[in-house]
Amino acid sequence: MPRKSPEVNAGSMADIAFLLLIFFLVTTTIETDSGINRKLPPMEDQIDPPIIREKNIFTVVVNKYSQILVEEDLTDIKDLRGLAMDFLDNGGGKGEEACDYCQGARSPRSSDNPEKAIISLKNDRETPYKSYIAVQNELVAAYNELRNREFMKLYPSVGLTYVEADFIYNDPRTTSGERENLKEKLNVVKNLYPQKLSEAEPSKVN
Amino acid sequence: MAKFNKKKSGELPAISTASLPDIVFMLLFFFMVATVMRDNTLMVQNTLPAADQIQKLDKKDRVIYIYAGKPSSRYIDTYGSEARIQLNDKFGTIDEVGAFVLAERAAKREELQNVLTTALKVDSDTKMGIISDIKQELRKVNALKINYTTRVGDYTQNFN
Repeated sequence: MPRKSPEVNAGSMADIAFLLLIFFLVTTTIETDSGINRKLPPMEDQIDPPIIREKNIFTVVVNKYSQILVEEDLTDIKDLRGLAMDFLDNGGGKGEEACDYCQGARSPRSSDNPEKAIISLKNDRETPYKSYIAVQNELVAAYNELRNREFMKLYPSVGLTYVEADFIYNDPRTTSGERENLKEKLNVVKNLYPQKLSEAEPSKVN
Repeated sequence: MAKFNKKKSGELPAISTASLPDIVFMLLFFFMVATVMRDNTLMVQNTLPAADQIQKLDKKDRVIYIYAGKPSSRYIDTYGSEARIQLNDKFGTIDEVGAFVLAERAAKREELQNVLTTALKVDSDTKMGIISDIKQELRKVNALKINYTTRVGDYTQNFN
């Protein structure tokens, strides 16, 4: 019978593991790696700015008291998403500018079609960042809800909303075949409701 | 009557600590997987605002980070309580943002230089003025893709 080897004392294992654990707790952070993506307008001045009709612009102003003015009316943030959706989805255009997929009120005083509808977001220099983000969030949500609706209407077989499909498209684990398949569909819906969100330079006056 | 010997009272059996290392290792592995090494020491307060219409950021090597906010309590005596910009490991001024972005961009691999995103990690109580200034600087150096980094949460959390 071979001689039994002496048992190694594992009593200090817990201490060693604790030491490592505490090292990792101190040196690492849980990173936030998500947010609202935006594209800034390029710097060069346009020589002749395109003429945009007043009814195709939806102005949102956030002042330094975090109050929100939509088309110059004081509005609660809860109503902002609905108002923005009504504006984008209005489809009041006639003839060539008509919008056959819009489900809005078709009021002649609101936007012609989503292609022309522009949301203009203005803020003071004193506006708190958090209320600005809340407003951005609601405006992006308005676009996303409309895109979700159209995506599910056009491609019911995919069984996803626009946002879910976009997430899968951007996921690095998605196979390239699936990505090609989604890309086309995403682009179609994206062009139905293009995100035209203009961020004006802030006003200096209060 | 030896069979019915009463147990000696007062002597509690020792709790086995044999599984303690296993538990600690489990915690250790969780933290190793779920966290990343921090590469800048934050010198500003950085409570991010909440939003729910969010998209995931690109891979880490395609992102340039700019932090802004009030200096954290350790630096408040030296730098005051006015909101500041942090570029890498030190405070920067507005004029340095452009140069910083260009330097960061030049340091990246060439094929990534056109797909970079600038992530703005800004404290939720900061005023928009400083952010507008940063955005103007970014436009000047043609770094147009930005990301307002936020926490996941309902927007109503931003109003209280």
